[in-house]
Amino acid sequence: MTSAFEYAPAPESRAVVDIAPSYGLFIDGEFAEGSDGKVFKTVSPANEEVLSEVAQASADDVDRAVKAARKAFEKWSALPGAERAKYLFRIARIIQERSRELAVLESLDNGKPIRESRDADLPLVAAHFFYYAGWADKLDHAGYGPHPRPLGVAGQVIPWNFPLLMLAWKIAPALATGNTVVLKPAETTPLSALFFADICRQAGLPKGVVNILTGDGSTGAALVAHPDINKVAFTGSTEVGKAIARTVAGTDKKVTLELGGKAANIVFDDAPIDQAVEGIVNGIFFNQGHVCCAGSRLLVQESVQDELLDALKRRMQTLRVGDPLDKNTDIGAINSAEQLARITALADAGEAEGAERWAPACELPGSGYWFAPTLFTGVTQAHRIAREEIFGPVLSVLTFRTPEEAVAKANNTPYGLSAGIWTEKGSRILWMANKLRAGVIWSNTFNKFDPTSPFGGYKESGYGREGGRHGLEAYLNV
Amino acid sequence: MSDRLSVLKTYKLYVGGKFPRSESGRVYEVTDCKGTWLANAPLASRKDARDAVVAARKAFGGWSGATAYNRGQILYRIAEMLEGRREQFIAEVADAEGLSKAKATAQVDAAIDRWVWYAGWSDKVAQITGGANPVAGPYFNLSSPEPTGVVAVLAPQDSSFLGLVSVIAPAVVTGNTVVVVTSEKSPLPALSLAEVLATSDLPGGVVNILSGRTAEIAAPLAAHQDVNALDLAGADAGLAKELETAAADNLKRVLRPEPADWSADPGTGRLLSFLETKTVWHPMGV
Repeated sequence: MTSAFEYAPAPESRAVVDIAPSYGLFIDGEFAEGSDGKVFKTVSPANEEVLSEVAQASADDVDRAVKAARKAFEKWSALPGAERAKYLFRIARIIQERSRELAVLESLDNGKPIRESRDADLPLVAAHFFYYAGWADKLDHAGYGPHPRPLGVAGQVIPWNFPLLMLAWKIAPALATGNTVVLKPAETTPLSALFFADICRQAGLPKGVVNILTGDGSTGAALVAHPDINKVAFTGSTEVGKAIARTVAGTDKKVTLELGGKAANIVFDDAPIDQAVEGIVNGIFFNQGHVCCAGSRLLVQESVQDELLDALKRRMQTLRVGDPLDKNTDIGAINSAEQLARITALADAGEAEGAERWAPACELPGSGYWFAPTLFTGVTQAHRIAREEIFGPVLSVLTFRTPEEAVAKANNTPYGLSAGIWTEKGSRILWMANKLRAGVIWSNTFNKFDPTSPFGGYKESGYGREGGRHGLEAYLNV
Repeated sequence: MSDRLSVLKTYKLYVGGKFPRSESGRVYEVTDCKGTWLANAPLASRKDARDAVVAARKAFGGWSGATAYNRGQILYRIAEMLEGRREQFIAEVADAEGLSKAKATAQVDAAIDRWVWYAGWSDKVAQITGGANPVAGPYFNLSSPEPTGVVAVLAPQDSSFLGLVSVIAPAVVTGNTVVVVTSEKSPLPALSLAEVLATSDLPGGVVNILSGRTAEIAAPLAAHQDVNALDLAGADAGLAKELETAAADNLKRVLRPEPADWSADPGTGRLLSFLETKTVWHPMGV
């Protein structure tokens, strides 16, 4: 299909962000080199340009950071809640002030479209700090009994798909409840967490309350296993989540895990097709499909399959894949070569197992990591692309006839993070929402997030909730 | 004393609402604290554990789908049935734990009252844990608790009845179904409780009770891929670590053991341990 409109490039300026050539670890309020001097590069996935060089934290560095956090804990936890709140309000405001800078930075380091980092990630980051700031002096009234106490030092490991947002989900409730933190951002997206360290400095946050360690999986493993942390919070793959659950077995460490998903997005024959198509596109192509709660399995009622798929394909042809900093871009770069290889392998498996592959004609940039939005039809429940989390812009389409069949297929997964329902019939929405074994149900919408709304999964999608009053529990001795 | 020879009870497992012997055909001797023989209890096997999980899973849909009011009435009915057999349980608990009649009475009375306390929670827990979330947009957004699923429960070793009731009731009142491993040394009050459960309108499979070696039965339960959660109340530190490690394979929710005074106010901790929060969004508009 030829486009009705041609778009001129509309790049967001990079000038708003100043990335240093190298960064150390943020421990006890100061940037310092790693103990063994090891560093690694972080690249822009859109063009493989090296953005900066960051320290690889060793086990010794983890120990130093935990000690700093432990030392800071005494005063921080003893601070009146209202004072802790004010630090968090300051952080929220500084994030709002610097949000364009951080959005551009996030798009550079992660590859996500500026439209999303600017309009989704950053507003949610600021809102999350603002929300939990308000809880800091109201914990006695949060429904966890009088005087709930913080746990101590929280070790937090976050993924690369929403680097700063996941940082906010971890740090805001931890600090509001009086804990101190050691946080490790993902290996491929360390920069926004390091910029956050600077925000802590601007906010005058006492040193040691927030410590940021960059590094790979070994750094995360050392942090989780450190004997002097009281809490582990992890967002990432189910495989690593299970390893963490084994590591903490037999300890007193409290754990929350927010892991993978294989959400069903269920479209009934009475759904408004155009709205459903927008929801499906948002569900699987938002953030290149690098979303744990992505609607990666489309379950469409057989009677509207043809109509829906025609409309969906038409819509997919209008998606613009390319420069993350271009304000018209819908789908940015795949975060890393490794992730691209995984998506490619699973998509190939889909074809090999007999599903039919379709993607709109779209020109992909010559350098960087890219994957065209892709649709598979004729998918069965046995196919790998129906069972495994692809974490990319790949949608598997299955069909159903009755609501019971839709429920059975939707629940036929070890995951249980999210699900979508599209129908005009209210009673059916409530019946379906009741039957689906998932932590978040979006009805006639998808991929909506809010700091007040608890998020987290059933089954192998992990345990604990982030967001809302529920999110406090993970950081209190209750 | 009359010279009448009493009729002894054959203690059996309780699985899927039925009273089977262990499929292994094994039993073990249960004695009072002075070493006097009380009965032979079934020595449940790995296969019994699996059968119990199948029964619990089968019962989950109906039990979790029952109205909270209905579940509350059934838990209250359990208290009613227990009250009628109070003397029997006082004697069994006294034998099992070597308690005076007065102390055993206190345990049984507290256990009956505990069913009543939890019965009342069935239709209130959603109101203290769930609610509307004021999201920044035109959406209806509601969080509600739901039962986690099949919970494997290792009952406390030292409190054969009050401790047992204190771990079963909070799990089932919210709609979970359970596989309970009784106190290893003192399984008889638990096995007798099955007779009460079977006559209280509790659907078969909601509570399944296994007696035997805790470590032997717990291992397959902790590793079972269709068990959603694990209450380790009756595990020592070494066993607890082993089971928690095995439970990681399908990310079971694990409640670690901690010292407990089963006579104290139970609070809501256990009640809230086997719940998932589900959040439903819907746009608002005309």
